[in-house]
Amino acid sequence: MLNFVTGLGKTVSDGLRGIGEIIILLLQCLRWLTKSLPSKAETVRQFYFIGVQSIPVVLITGAFTGAVLAYTSYNQFAPLGVESWTGAIVAKAQIWQLGPVLVGLMLAGRVGCAMTAELGTMNVTEQIDALDIMGTDPVYFLVLPRVLGLFFMTPVLTAFAMLIGVVAGLFMTVFIMGAEWHFQISQIKEWMIPYDYVQGLSKAFIFGLAVALICCRNGLKTAGGAEGVGKATTTANVACCIAILILNLIMSILLYYFQPVWDTIAYYIDSVLLAVSGWIRHMVGAGW
Amino acid sequence: MSADDLETLGKGNGHEPTPPPAATSRKGEVVIRLDKVSKGFGSGQKRIEPVKRLSLDVERGTTLVIIGPSGTGKSVTLRLMLGLLDPDEGEVYAFGQKLSAMSNQELGGMRRRMAMLFQGGALFDSMTVGENVAFPMRSMGERDEDKIMSIVSERLRQVGLPGTEDKMPSELSGGMKKRAALARSIATRPEVILYDEPTTGLDPIMSDAIADLILETHESLKDTDVTSIVVTHDMHVAEKVADRIIMLYGGSIVGDGPPELYRSLGQGSLPDNATEMDRMIRQFVRGEADGPIQTVA
Repeated sequence: MLNFVTGLGKTVSDGLRGIGEIIILLLQCLRWLTKSLPSKAETVRQFYFIGVQSIPVVLITGAFTGAVLAYTSYNQFAPLGVESWTGAIVAKAQIWQLGPVLVGLMLAGRVGCAMTAELGTMNVTEQIDALDIMGTDPVYFLVLPRVLGLFFMTPVLTAFAMLIGVVAGLFMTVFIMGAEWHFQISQIKEWMIPYDYVQGLSKAFIFGLAVALICCRNGLKTAGGAEGVGKATTTANVACCIAILILNLIMSILLYYFQPVWDTIAYYIDSVLLAVSGWIRHMVGAGW
Repeated sequence: MSADDLETLGKGNGHEPTPPPAATSRKGEVVIRLDKVSKGFGSGQKRIEPVKRLSLDVERGTTLVIIGPSGTGKSVTLRLMLGLLDPDEGEVYAFGQKLSAMSNQELGGMRRRMAMLFQGGALFDSMTVGENVAFPMRSMGERDEDKIMSIVSERLRQVGLPGTEDKMPSELSGGMKKRAALARSIATRPEVILYDEPTTGLDPIMSDAIADLILETHESLKDTDVTSIVVTHDMHVAEKVADRIIMLYGGSIVGDGPPELYRSLGQGSLPDNATEMDRMIRQFVRGEADGPIQTVA
């Protein structure tokens, strides 16, 4: 019993320390951003590695998730006579939840593990110490380009996953299951609102940031040779998956309550755009 | 990391370029001081304390060798000197300044006056040898590429690796990696060079060559009154390069003197009035398992 309590206490304190270190790493990155941008070549390399090279895995994930969701939903809805909802359900699920969560999980596996392993190996072979001694902050030189890469590329990849998921769902519903095309499209148009995309993409930004910070922190904390690198990589992957699932719940709740605020903002943006377009029309009409 | 990264490095790596001050002859000045420094790791029953109330002055222009059995805090001592580890107790001074009172920027500036040769070389494996050697110069803000490349070639020639600029570290042998790492260490003509186990994993001939290289490096940087601190358990290397040797055991200094002291204690028989410390030094120098130094088989 005592061992259990001790173990639990250690796990909690390690977890809290880890969260604290991740927040410190985030603050260090933000501090660097106010001073100077990271190396262009390394940042471009990270954007390419994270963004371009992840496209196939993200497209496959999005397509198959959308297709299987459509297949399952259609078979549930058809007996009730509401099979026209299938496309809309797939779109809602893909854009609200599945797109950002699955892309986050895929990137944690494909990109995050590679980051932890790379930084971990640099750490156990004293390359990080060497950087420090040469007066170069590893956070600036190694972490910042990776954080920026994941922060900006995760929403882009999520948008791809959302799109391909909806298209694959429609393909399954219309061409395999034989549903009416125009009913599916009209339901999607009716159900989907701009805020759905705001929800999905804002989650993607946060998931990307979380994956980058967790994986870089674990890499920089790696100790104990090859075994240590393996452990750090596994721990980082598990931590990323758990973080994404927990953050998804928290963000889903927060974004639900944020909707009225967004509606107000959107209303004012609409009003401004309307006023600007009216003014332009007026100026063009006046021969300006 | 690639060569392109390095081009941007000096522009804004967070540390303002702090060129080393012009060297004037200040022989005898204490460049590094450890004042009752302790450092431990872990907690509870698992806690170990490799450095215990260690006090040590390192004078400018000398070569200090730190010897001792494995796990006695030699590498930890080097890391404390560089501020890579913070002491639990006591103070570390570098160039007369307390490390604990330095800001990160000051610490960065201080480290630029020092260099370290790591046990495994710690060459950046995503860069070529040339880029590795150029790295510290670029990170100090040097923008003149012709000057950088000429220094790179000169340093590589100095360590016996001419024409290896375009090779990757993975293409080099263990000894060559250490030479390339040494070239990187001396690229900016540091005032203090720390060598962490420079001959570990090398054959005796290569070990001797590295010892010669340490001597040659010390000689070539004499105009900056370079100070060398070498951590090793290779007595041949220690006696060859040292002006002064200290032996650590149990986190404390058990021997401190010139190489001759160690040589004499290692030879012949001990006098009747020999102390426990003399016996420890003798056991270590002769490489004997039996003696006051506890070994774990």
